[in-house]
Order: sequence, then C-alpha cells, then structure tokens
Amino acid sequence: MSHATTMSHDDHHDDHPTGLKRWLFTTNHKEIGTLYLIFSLAAFMIGGAMAMVIRAELFVPGLQLVNPEFFNQMTTMHALVMIFGAVMPAFVGLANWMVPLMIGAPDMALPRMNNWSFWILPFAFFLLLMTLFLPSGGPASGWTLYPPLSLQGGTNIAFVIFAIHLMGISSIMGAINIIVTILNMRAPGMTLLRMPLFVWTWLITGFLLIAVMPVLAGAVTMLLTDRFFGTSFFNAAGGGDPVMYQHIFWFFGHPEVYIMILPAFGVISEILPTFSRKPLFGYTSMVYATASIAFLSFIVWAHHMFTVGMPLGANLFFMYATMVIAVPTGVKVFNWVSTMWRGSMTFETPMLFALGFIVLFTIGGFSGLMLAIVPADFQYHDTYFVVAHFHYVLVTGSVFAIMAGVYYWLPKWTGHMYNERLGKIHFWWSTISVNVLFFPQHYLGLAGMPRRIPDYAVQFAEFNMISSIGGFAFGLAQLLFIYIIWQAARGGERATDQVWDGARGLEWTVPSPAPLHTFDTPPKVDDSVTAHADRLV
Amino acid sequence: MAQGQYYVPHTAKWPIVGSIGLFIMMLGAASWLNGAAFGPWLTLAGSVIVLVMIFGWFADVIRESQQGLYNQAVDISFRQGMIWFIFSEVMFFAAFFGALFYARVLSVPWVGGEGTGAMTNELLYPQFDATWPTAGPANLGGGFETIPAFGLPLLNTLILLTSGLTITLAHWALKKAQRGALIGWMIATVVLGIVFLYLQATEYVHAYQDLGLTLGSGIYGSTFFMLTGFHGLHVTLGTIMLIVITLRCMAGHFSKKQHFGWEAVAWYWHFVDVVWLGLFVFVYVL
Ligand SMILES: [Cu+2]
Repeated sequence: MSHATTMSHDDHHDDHPTGLKRWLFTTNHKEIGTLYLIFSLAAFMIGGAMAMVIRAELFVPGLQLVNPEFFNQMTTMHALVMIFGAVMPAFVGLANWMVPLMIGAPDMALPRMNNWSFWILPFAFFLLLMTLFLPSGGPASGWTLYPPLSLQGGTNIAFVIFAIHLMGISSIMGAINIIVTILNMRAPGMTLLRMPLFVWTWLITGFLLIAVMPVLAGAVTMLLTDRFFGTSFFNAAGGGDPVMYQHIFWFFGHPEVYIMILPAFGVISEILPTFSRKPLFGYTSMVYATASIAFLSFIVWAHHMFTVGMPLGANLFFMYATMVIAVPTGVKVFNWVSTMWRGSMTFETPMLFALGFIVLFTIGGFSGLMLAIVPADFQYHDTYFVVAHFHYVLVTGSVFAIMAGVYYWLPKWTGHMYNERLGKIHFWWSTISVNVLFFPQHYLGLAGMPRRIPDYAVQFAEFNMISSIGGFAFGLAQLLFIYIIWQAARGGERATDQVWDGARGLEWTVPSPAPLHTFDTPPKVDDSVTAHADRLV
Repeated sequence: MAQGQYYVPHTAKWPIVGSIGLFIMMLGAASWLNGAAFGPWLTLAGSVIVLVMIFGWFADVIRESQQGLYNQAVDISFRQGMIWFIFSEVMFFAAFFGALFYARVLSVPWVGGEGTGAMTNELLYPQFDATWPTAGPANLGGGFETIPAFGLPLLNTLILLTSGLTITLAHWALKKAQRGALIGWMIATVVLGIVFLYLQATEYVHAYQDLGLTLGSGIYGSTFFMLTGFHGLHVTLGTIMLIVITLRCMAGHFSKKQHFGWEAVAWYWHFVDVVWLGLFVFVYVL
C-alpha cells in the first residue's frame, strides 16, 4: 500500500488495533463503510432467502411448503430486512466510503458517532430476526404494521417496535454525520455547486432521514402504547382512528422511498459521465430536481391510502401532487440520456448496470404514475401491480444502482479490478431474470391477484410460475455477485489510481486501494478536478 | 475551513458498549411488556450500561476538549450535529402534535357524522357527541375533567419562560467571564427546571386521583399524557444536562471564547421551552 498522498501522519498508524478489535473500535470512514457494505450484503442474502420462500410457495396454487401465518411473516420480514437492512445501509456504506474522498475530507465529521451508527444495526437486526423464533412467530401484518392487525399478533410486536427504534437511532446518527461532513469538511475550493452529484443527493437524503425517521419512531411508539399502556390513538372506540396511523406512517413512508432512490440517482450520475467520457449534462438542474423531489416527497404521502375513504378533495390533491413528481424525475432521466448523447461510450459492468437502471427504473416510474391516478388506483390497490411497481423502483432501481456503484468503486476499495467477464454475466443474468421475475406481476395485478396472499385462484398459475422461475434465477445470480466481490478482494489485476480512463473527481486522485487515511492535508480544488468541469465554460 | 488538524480519535470503545447496553435494555423492556419475570432486571442492567457509556463517552470528549485537541472545524461539526439532533427531536414531537391535530380537526368530527363520516356515525355511534375533549364514542376510561389552562399550566409556562431568561443571563455572564454570576444564573435555571417538574408531577397526581383523567381516557388522555409526558422526559433530561454543565462551569471548563458544550445545553433548553409553548397553546388553552 502506498501512502503517496498522505502527509506525515501522526500517531494513528502505530497503534491501530487488529483482528476483531479493529472492526469493533474503528473510527475510520473507510473501515466503517466496509462494515456497512458487508452488513448490507448479508441482509440482502437473508431478505433474499425470505423472498425465495415466498416465490417457492407461490410456484403453484394451493398451500405447499409453509403455513399462511409463516408466509405472512416472510412477506413482512422480507420487506423490513431489505429496506432497513439491505438498501439503506448499503447507501450509508457508499456514503461513508466515498463522500470524504469526493469532497477531500480527512474522515467523517463525527468519527465516534459513525462507529455507533453502524454498530447499533447488527443488534437491531438480531432483535428483529429473533422474533421468528418466539412462540408467536415474527410480525405478520406487513412491514407497514397497520393497526389493528399489527397489534393482534402476540409477543413479537414489542420486539419489532424496539428494533425499529434502534434502526431509527442508527439512521438519524448516520444522516447527521453525513450532512455535517458535507457542510463542514469540504476541501478549499469545493464549493457546493462543485460537489459531485452523489454528494448532493446524499446531502438531501440526509435531510429527509432526519426529518422522517423520528416520525416513524413516533408512529410505532403510539402502536406500543396502544398495545401495552391503554392509549387510544388508533382505536375508534376511544376517539382515535386506525387511519391516523396510516397518515403518520406514510408521512415517513413516502420520503423513505426517496431516501432509497436519491442516492441511487447520485451513483448513476457519477457513472454515466465516466463511461460516456462527457461531463454530466445539466448539473445544476440535477441539483434542483433532487431538491424538488425531496420537497414534494413531504406532500404526497396519502397516495398510499386512496382507498381508505378520504374525502374526494384530499384524494385529488394527493393525486396531482404525486404526478408533479414526474416533472423533476423526467428532468433527471432527460439529463442522463443527454449525458450519453454523442459520448464515446464503453460498456463496462458499472455502465451496464447504470443503463439497466435508467430503462427499468423508468418502467417503475411509469407504473407509479399509473398508481397515482385515483380511479385507476382503486383497481390496482393492494394487488400484484403494486408489488411489480415497487420492485421495479427498488430492485432494478436502488439495488441495481448499488451494484453499479459497487462495480464502479470496487477497484478503488480493493486495489484490484474485478473479473469483467463475470461482471457482465452477472449483469445480463440479473437483468433478464429480474424481468422474468417482476414483469408478469404487472399482469397478475391487473387481473386482480391480491398481494400478501399465500394461495391464489388457478387463473393466476402460469404467471406465478414464470415469476417464481425468474425469482430463483435472480437469487442464484447474486451468489455470483458475492463471488466476484470476494475474488476482487483477494486479488486480480492491479487497478490504477484513476481506474477508469473517463473518471473525474477527487476520489480518483488517491491510490488504489485507497490508504486508510486520505486528504490529511486538504487538496486544492478547482474546476479541473470536478466531473462536470465543462459546466462553467 | 482549516482542517489540517481535524481531530480523529484513534479508536472508539464506547459505541460498542452503548450498542450492547441499548440492546439489553430493549430486549429487557420487550420481555417485560410480555410479562417475563427477568424483564425488569434486564432493562435495569441495560440502562446501567447505557448510563456508564454516556458518562465514559462524555468524559473522553471533555478530556480531549480540555487538552485542546479540537480546532474550530471540530467545534463547527459539534454545533451542526447538535442542531440537526434538535431538529430530529422537533420531528418526533411533530408526530404527536400531528396526531392531536388529526384527531381534533378531522377524525373525531368524522365519527360524529361530519363530512364523510355520516354512515359511520349512524351505523356505529349514533349517540356520539363529537366535542373536545372526548374519550371517544365508548367513553373509554370513564368520565374525566381536564386541567384548566390558567392554573398550574400557566404558572409552569411562566417558570419555563423565566428559565429561558436566566439561562440567557448566564450566557451573558459567561461571555463576560464572570464565573460567580454565571454559576448563580445556572443554579437558578436548574431550580426552575426542578420546580417545573415538581409541579408537573403534582398535576399528574391530581389528574389521576381527582379528575379521572388517565392515559386510558380515550384520545384526549392519550394525546395529553403522551405529549406532556415526552415533554416532561425532555425537561428531565435537560435539567440533568444543566446540572452537569453547571458542575463543569464550577470546574472552570469554559472560556468566554470556547464553550460549545455549554451552548449545546442552552439550545436544548430553549428547544424544550418552545415545545412547551406549543403544548400550552394546543393542549391546555385550545
Ligand atoms: Cu409514496
């Protein structure tokens, strides 16, 4: 490992602990980033195994493998594990690794708290997953935990609520750290409008996290007191309202989906210019579009609740507000396509995943637009159409962006190139199977198959079987992903500092693998090192 | 943005202790709620570990601060971190205020037959008179009376506002490096905080024993006790923070230039103050 860019560093290097202690006590943004990413990969596998149980049960009509109660636990846990365990920690991990490198900071602003944000997570997930082994089993009400159903499920609910509290504490601390790092730790010359888009999207995501995770904490706290302390927040007999839970929950829940997609937008906006060998088109409009999406995310929550019996005026307001989001999102897609226009494009694995993201996320965006139409939603609500929609935005959206980011930055992290051939196989295998998995679910939903159901009428049999085959294939493809990462971590072709010949930005000026400490002395930043240098010309 | 000397600790031993403590505490509390005999003990053990962690962690930070390891950039990080933390607390209270507004303005009138609620009212609760305060159509928890705003709550408002004044006077003293006045005003603030908590406790006893108002008194009791209860919890926390910071003032930890720890506590106290004003208006007066 060369320490070419690190200046004479102080005492840190000498007594850096090794073994388990190194990981338990670390305050280093790169090590903590690695912990987050490995944790996320493990959660992705656990949540994926649950998805396999779901698809196996749905392979043919009738009850085959599991009882309905356990099936419901699987759908609930799959969602909680994937959202809070796989996707969110993956983006926090990417932020930990890349934000300080991208803005020329020596580390995160609050390094001790950074350690704590991560090390709460494994305990929170132990608390969540252990409910599967309680006499009552795990939560089975769906991840949204709507009362009164969620309060009728036995012993697990208290454990689940406390696990969510812990995850919330972790997310809030992580978000505070990232925001403060971005606002306070930028190298001289790294003005706000010179920041890479990944940094911008995380700044806004961090704000969303701090604004809505406490609201989720409030919602589940009300569930807890309703269940154990005799309050009546969600009990109509006492003057409360079960629908009130849905309002509070989705006030968190809708910004939450942008928490999971805005950093993905950032990753894609980093990758496309590199492999198009052109600066990002419309940098400033990207920043404003991100901010607009974040603002709008606070006033659209009830589009998840069109069928609960809200007044017509409310339904209409939330419909129009939701559709307005298509405007800034359209700006983004337009800018991505324009970035590639007349570029000297090459198609390495990160670029393939980025392209897959643009096409497939846009499909998810369009089905979202369909769901935003109130009268149409009356038909689609709680069907497999919804399942298809949010898996297109979450799997081929967020998860594809995470994978794109992993391939893109893996050489910087490990110092080795991954196996490009296997990477391409992983991409095509994933992309084909994920469409076999989720595309038929649109038809199932339009034909009326309800979600969260272990059995179904025989007219849904063919599409379910096709979907399950796609599911197993997609699951298998991810084992290849793990192998590719493991292989690159072990060895392989040496990566250069710049890694990709079209890459711009501070993170490509440090050695590969990035040494433990970088930018102890802040670099000088001007337009020549930023990815969108031509913007000002 | 001088960050050449930005202090990054070698290792952090307290976070993992905190995680284990929180885990034991939560595991204990959840078991307790489900009737496990070991629950309370586990909760207690976890809480002790968390308290030890907080003490140790702050001790480390204070020591490093006294050693002069923190430059201005670190100071700014702490400040921004504290502001965002308070913002997250504001959003936590917002969830409960939101519940109060939703119940009062929308769902209770709907159950009473207003707007889209005509059929609900007719079929389920034809007798229900949707006036606030209410314990709902089933009158859960039985009849109750509310606490009049212009008695103890008004007094408590004046107490908290006064404490906001005394802590500002303390800040002026701190900036003029008058330690005697500083400590005097700090003690006054602490005393006001404790008096507030004492009055709040007597109000709770009064509500439970004389007014029939409990946590189980329908949506009114739920919003009343959860809002004032979480606020009281924050005042308790704030008072403990004030006591600690007063002791640090006595130990001479702060200079007129550098006293972020002191300011963080003051910000927190003002936040608790502002939340109370919201409570006074929306829970007691209206
Ligand atoms: Cu939404």
